[in-house]
Amino acid sequence: MAEYHLTTPISEEEARKLKVGDVIYVSGEHVYTARDEAHERALEMYEKGEKPPVEFEGSVVYHVGPVAQKKDGEWNIVSAGPTTSIRMEIFEDEFLRNYKARVIIGKGGMADRTLAALKEVGAVYCSFTGGCGALAARGLKEVRAYEWSDLGMPEALWVITAEEFGPLMVTMDSHGNSLHDDADDQVSTKKAEVYSIIGVEE
Amino acid sequence: MKDPQQVITDATVRLLTKAATELPDEVETALREAYERETNENAKTQLSAILKNLEIASTGVPMCQDTGIMIFYLKAGYDFPYLSEVEDALAKATRKATENVPLRPNAVNPIVGGNSGDNTGEKIPWLNWELVPGDSLEITAFPKGGGSENVSIVGMLKPGVGLAGVKKLVVDNAMDYMGKACSPNIIGVGIGGGADISLKIAKKQLLRPLNQRHPEPEVAEIEEELIEALNATGIGPMGLGGKTTVLDVKVDYAMRHPASLPVGVAVQCWAARRSTATISKDLKVEYITHPLEGK
Repeated sequence: MAEYHLTTPISEEEARKLKVGDVIYVSGEHVYTARDEAHERALEMYEKGEKPPVEFEGSVVYHVGPVAQKKDGEWNIVSAGPTTSIRMEIFEDEFLRNYKARVIIGKGGMADRTLAALKEVGAVYCSFTGGCGALAARGLKEVRAYEWSDLGMPEALWVITAEEFGPLMVTMDSHGNSLHDDADDQVSTKKAEVYSIIGVEE
Repeated sequence: MKDPQQVITDATVRLLTKAATELPDEVETALREAYERETNENAKTQLSAILKNLEIASTGVPMCQDTGIMIFYLKAGYDFPYLSEVEDALAKATRKATENVPLRPNAVNPIVGGNSGDNTGEKIPWLNWELVPGDSLEITAFPKGGGSENVSIVGMLKPGVGLAGVKKLVVDNAMDYMGKACSPNIIGVGIGGGADISLKIAKKQLLRPLNQRHPEPEVAEIEEELIEALNATGIGPMGLGGKTTVLDVKVDYAMRHPASLPVGVAVQCWAARRSTATISKDLKVEYITHPLEGK
């Protein structure tokens, strides 16, 4: 396990160096929030040949619907823990192939389609501890833009400058490894023991 | 003379603020104990982030960005004189807390789309009323996060599967969603009644203080067995392995129809936010879960 401090835009080479279990901290201007609807919109724009309002290549895309507050005309991120990533599984592989983001952040992990795309494109999936919105907000220093605000605060595309945002644990890498799959396998080996506690046969 | 609607509104704003920023003491203690108990490195990392997060949150920042959909549980004394003020006061308090804390606007119209922007709208906040003897009103603010709500289920079991079948449903559900509901979780189980009743009972269990067992020994035994079984899965905090998958399991029941065995399973993330106060008929407010300083 290694620790890395990366600055956006992140290159394919840098992303391919990362392995599951590594911890990274991210700084830089190419940090965006995107949930279901922002993914969907980005894909629609790609299909129509339109350009999204941000540069996704080399970026960090965070599955989060933040709590933000406008003070003195400027938006601040108040609390921003990750949302459940598996909902974005239907979009993420195509999103990665089209836009070449290098780090996807969320919670709970993603599935085979995303894992294959991470390998193909050279990107990683990182887990940030679910519910830790106050801790996350510390690393999300400045909101530079609030795009697609018609989608509402949680679903909009927030454009953020990050400073040492983390710790982010790499749980899916570009070498086909997933700590989430490992954990699933580990739990399935415990099934008989768990059933015996409640008096059920497998 | 105090304005009753103002008193109820102000008290509820404080309840929502405290719920969003400070866990009830016993939940935080349970998380600290879990950190001490864990030996798995991933589990330690996750729990340490959670504890650090709670420290930052206690300065007045919502601990989780998902500040929930607004649900209130009300115990209304038959003789509390201001019942007609309550519904409006709770909606007003919700709007005010959304702006001040701030809370994330989470009320979305499922038919025509769109976010109301202030956490209110058709049937939201949702009010669970219970009429009780007395002349006071107890309000519990229970902002419920979406991630854990998404893995709540109701199972319509065949009565023949018995209690073993009930326990299997709870365990299988947890092994299915793994850490996606932000474990360590608190799980509420409602057995019997009907489809809706079982889920209502299940969700209400999430209000019971941790480590308090059901008064009936047969039910308490089911709770204990489920705690042991779920923690033996090795799912651990955030599903990345470890000993602590649940902080607690709470079970309750209602009589059932001979043909049905409904089981509701409600899931709560580690951010088990709730805050309770009572308001007397002369409009004195007492905060139960988050007492005022110096009390």
